[in-house]
Amino acid sequence: MKKKTTIVGKDFPRVESRAKVTGAAQYVDDIQFGPNLLHARLLRSPIPHGLIKRLDTSKAAALPGVRVVVTGKDYPGLTGLYLSDRPIFAVDRVRFVGEPVVGVAAETEEIAEQALDLIEVEYEPLPGVFDPEYGAGPDAPLIHPDLANYAVAPFVFPQAGSNVSNHFKVRKGNMDEGWAQADLIYEHTYRVPHVQHVPLETHVDVAQMDGNGKITLWASSQSPFAQRNLIAKALGISHGMLRVITPYVGGGFGAKAGVSVEGACVALAMKAKGRPVKLCMSRKEEFYTTFVRQGLIAKIKMGMTNEGRITAMQNTYYWDGGAYTEYGVNITRAAGYSSTGPYNVPNVHADSLCVYTNHPIGGAMRGFGMPEIHWAIEQHIDRMAQQLQLDPVQVRLTNCLRGGDVTVTGMVMHPTGLAECIQKAADAIGWGKPSRPSAPHKRRGKGIAAMWKAPAMPPNPGSSATIRMNEDGTCSVGIGGVDMGQGTLTIAAQLAAEGLGVPIEWVRVNTVDTDYSPYEWQTVASRLTWSMGNAILNAAREAKQQILEAVADAWNEKPDDMDIIEGKVVSYATEREMSLKNIAVYGIQKPDGTWVGGPVVGKGKFMPTYVTPLDKETGQGPRAVVHFTTGAQAVEVEVDTETGEVQVLRIVAAFDVGHAINPDMVRTQMEGGAVQGMSTAMLEQIILKEGKPLNPTFTDYRIATAVDAPPDIETIIVEVPQDDGPFGARGIGEHAMVPTAPAIANAVRAAVGVEIDSMPITSEKVWLAMQSSDRASGSKAVVSPL
Amino acid sequence: MKHQITTWVNGERYDIEVQSHHTLLQVLRNQLVFTGTKNGCSEGECGACTVLLDNAPVNSCLTLAVEADGHRITTVEGLAHDDQLDPIQQAFIDLGGTQCGFCTPGFLIAARALLDRNPHPTEEEIRVGLVGNLCRCTGYTRIIAAVQEAARKKRSRRDN
Repeated sequence: MKKKTTIVGKDFPRVESRAKVTGAAQYVDDIQFGPNLLHARLLRSPIPHGLIKRLDTSKAAALPGVRVVVTGKDYPGLTGLYLSDRPIFAVDRVRFVGEPVVGVAAETEEIAEQALDLIEVEYEPLPGVFDPEYGAGPDAPLIHPDLANYAVAPFVFPQAGSNVSNHFKVRKGNMDEGWAQADLIYEHTYRVPHVQHVPLETHVDVAQMDGNGKITLWASSQSPFAQRNLIAKALGISHGMLRVITPYVGGGFGAKAGVSVEGACVALAMKAKGRPVKLCMSRKEEFYTTFVRQGLIAKIKMGMTNEGRITAMQNTYYWDGGAYTEYGVNITRAAGYSSTGPYNVPNVHADSLCVYTNHPIGGAMRGFGMPEIHWAIEQHIDRMAQQLQLDPVQVRLTNCLRGGDVTVTGMVMHPTGLAECIQKAADAIGWGKPSRPSAPHKRRGKGIAAMWKAPAMPPNPGSSATIRMNEDGTCSVGIGGVDMGQGTLTIAAQLAAEGLGVPIEWVRVNTVDTDYSPYEWQTVASRLTWSMGNAILNAAREAKQQILEAVADAWNEKPDDMDIIEGKVVSYATEREMSLKNIAVYGIQKPDGTWVGGPVVGKGKFMPTYVTPLDKETGQGPRAVVHFTTGAQAVEVEVDTETGEVQVLRIVAAFDVGHAINPDMVRTQMEGGAVQGMSTAMLEQIILKEGKPLNPTFTDYRIATAVDAPPDIETIIVEVPQDDGPFGARGIGEHAMVPTAPAIANAVRAAVGVEIDSMPITSEKVWLAMQSSDRASGSKAVVSPL
Repeated sequence: MKHQITTWVNGERYDIEVQSHHTLLQVLRNQLVFTGTKNGCSEGECGACTVLLDNAPVNSCLTLAVEADGHRITTVEGLAHDDQLDPIQQAFIDLGGTQCGFCTPGFLIAARALLDRNPHPTEEEIRVGLVGNLCRCTGYTRIIAAVQEAARKKRSRRDN
């Protein structure tokens, strides 16, 4: 029987919001280090691919005020979350424009900047790879000749002697039968450009080594523990000698997962004779030198019956992983085990390839491969539905995964509210009911897209939590997860308060310090509410048990007859009660005058133990992932037929979150995700010419402003509980932007009949497509990929 | 080159020496340690560094510190009086207008300036009034709602 909750399921404002609205919340760059602080700058490669023939830093080192100069020769160790392929500073070879070559730390930012100008580097340019499909082929120059020698996680399959850093395959069912059953087979190619996460706070780090060799890194990070692990390995430091402190983080969206520039800051600090070194990315550097969302070429071939049943899918995903693969290999894997989208497809042939290119490094970005593949799949379904004169909503309801269905990798789908999300989103947008445009030259259209996404991670990422009671009955919750805006601190407080039985005002949740916080793998994959949440509940259970046992002993009662309610221990047997204020640290006095109990420290952990490996050749296995969050969005757009301008009038978002721990914060995730999704759909693209980014500023790379955001966003929470989630909760964060772009594309198509194969959906593309559509007098218009 | 300037930050007088090439943002953050004001781009594009120069919102990253000589500066730290939050701050808390919080100080200042010159803005006027401030988390929905709420609060207080 599910216990009634008093704190979980309620809308509490963010626990840290007062600090954030008063300017008191400290981010890394706000911490004061005094006049001893050194300022670092990185010399970066100006070319996309080449050999370093000569490197002379002597003039820079001799500049007054320069204290440290480091190069790849000083620290040749490799890093990489799943595939160790990346030096902290380039060694002998550069592989993308912006790759760090030399690090300098000086008394002032100005001196560090001047020192970069004094460094002499001679490069021998090499031919580059700027297209992943070409890069995967036999004619492409090799970007990593040593690929065979890199350390690699067991579920990643690099192809030595090629540029393919991972190849995930699905071979399921019988393709011949699948095609034979289809009444329509349609094949098409879609593209997604590189985009940037654009956290408002750029990457910033401060590192310092003390006299004992212990290093502290203050990092704006989603991954304090993963950074400690990877940097320690790359620099040959003991894990216990590296401490990572993460205060408030000004947005991440995946950009601050894994290791990007943090290693360079630590490397400089190791030679700075005890002085702290600050390395802060400029906005320009943030655009292409840390991580980007990698590009995708998606080739989709789908078979469908006249009734709208999908019979087969053959999908090939070429991921433009960039010069190194911090995350790309696992995005590729996630795209493989999710390759059909959220549909029950009996016959599947999928290849998802991560390809080295001389482009910026592909990192994790909100949704991790899913916005990209759904851009293709969800448009493809609509195009086929139209050719078969079927309703897109009905086609989705016909094919969408339901509990008990078998997924693309052979996993039995858990109960899911996907069909409910699709139906509710469609109903809320007024599906099938035309609405009147605001002017005669404008056309309106509605579109829908569904989605699924699993937490994309290794099979065994762990979480842990501690709850320490204070003298006054309040408690300090230790977590290793980071609040970068998504609400971790508040969710942690709610779960701890609920689990322990105290008011939420009694709970303080600490930001991360790896010396004192319990372990958390990374703050990624929308996994914290679920995984960290389980650990917190376990810690609360343990703390509560310690308290109840002590009180039961003192009162000569049984712990099972007692509970903690609103900060008081109560006995159901005797109706005695006592505030935690008196007992959580000092214990409780027994009738004979002796004491029991003492400082209460509850600890808890959680690690999924049920994810199985997948067959390398078929991608099949009993349980590919822990679970999937599913959902759908429906949008209405208005298109100006004279200019091609698209206005998104309304977005309805419906997601199955299992159980909403804080419903209002779930809604804020859905709203923010919808606008971020809309922004990437309509505005965003890093323009790369021969590997060189042409628009790394907010002037030339626009993100949605308050004026661009749609006037109306409706959010619908669907709750089909998750059996392994805290109170049935699943993650919701990344998911919120996954279906937005294809939903908008489908709406534009419904409005003016044009098909846009590549993001972003610019006015220019829409207008040009309408012109060719007019010329072809009614026949379908297609804009070719850029 | 250094200049002696006198400026009032959040009502308090500062007689300080500033470098001629340093921006108001650099002086606020590094010299006077008002770190509530954030640096998101250094180029006047994101609005995170917005402060009030007398009563006008400015990008402090594009304002030279010497321009503050003889003027009053208001940063996010100056919005609350004693423990009493400004209505716009309270509305951001109540309506979920902040997520990561990095853009929040700039939005609060821009919103305060907007409400000071237009106490009853329409939704459209709020959107246009905040177009110079970028937020990547909230989708702006709650920020706009918070400004509307703060306008209502102020109105009702005046009605009392």
